[in-house]
Amino acid sequence: MAFDSLSDFFNMGGYAFYVWLSYGFSALVLIILAINSHRMEKQVFTQIKQRLKREEKLKQAALRRKEGK
Amino acid sequence: MWKWLHPYANPEVSYHFTGKLIPWFTAISVILLVLGLGLALAFSPADYQQGESVRIFYLHVPAAMLSMGIYLGMAIAALTALVWQLKLAEASIAALAPIGATFTAIALLTGAAWGKPMWGTWWIWDARLTSELILLFLYLGVIALQNAFEDKSLAGKAASVLAIVGVVNLPIIHYSVEWWNTLHQGSTVSKLERPSMSADMFIPFVVCLFGFAFLVARIFGERFRAEIIARNSMRPWVKALVLAQEKN
Repeated sequence: MAFDSLSDFFNMGGYAFYVWLSYGFSALVLIILAINSHRMEKQVFTQIKQRLKREEKLKQAALRRKEGK
Repeated sequence: MWKWLHPYANPEVSYHFTGKLIPWFTAISVILLVLGLGLALAFSPADYQQGESVRIFYLHVPAAMLSMGIYLGMAIAALTALVWQLKLAEASIAALAPIGATFTAIALLTGAAWGKPMWGTWWIWDARLTSELILLFLYLGVIALQNAFEDKSLAGKAASVLAIVGVVNLPIIHYSVEWWNTLHQGSTVSKLERPSMSADMFIPFVVCLFGFAFLVARIFGERFRAEIIARNSMRPWVKALVLAQEKN
């Protein structure tokens, strides 16, 4: 252990602000990137699903028009 | 070897293969980062000149090395995309650029937070810092070009050209501390000789570096899969995947 107590650890030898700013910022942006990347595939799937539904609707509308004639 | 490699150029095979690797990358990355950052924050010694502020090193240097490594990987993918028209290479450029930009931002901010107490300034327009900032702009340029065209293959070509041109910045970043007078110190670990630091600092550093590298691999895997799906949305196998998901 490089520190004698927990308060020593948080104090970082007087450099607390700079050290915790670095670790905090890095954790924050990496968590945002990880969440964003994790959701990406689902978003793409949803988009494709919507497109497939739209195509299906158009197909059926075309069919109905044909029958109407 | 080409016969063995060939199936991985198939988007469907790549998609499933990447999916199998992701849990492993995640597990290895979590283990290494918990261990490495724990050692870095609580067990590695303070520096005799810099005191406890040296703990920023374990984030700053891995992030900076990865920011350059990811760029190199992206540029190689870009060359592959342009020369062999490999669609998967275009997908990997799109997947890598945001990750590289994130690590460049981490390298810049942790550098600033280290520079303030050690040099007395958050920022100075010297060679190392400026060239790393240009790296961030190159990443942002690749991301912007990727999104500037509705047609994904046109977007991929434009982004590839910028990614390849930007490679010239990598040696400039690396040698900036030798070519110019700069506040930034010279290489400690990224050189061929023995690293100029003691083992109880070097080991946590290496563990952190690999931990972050596996984190990059995991995030890349997820983005790469999403990019493959987006680029093959008209294919029957993607439609089948979407329909299978709907049932769940």
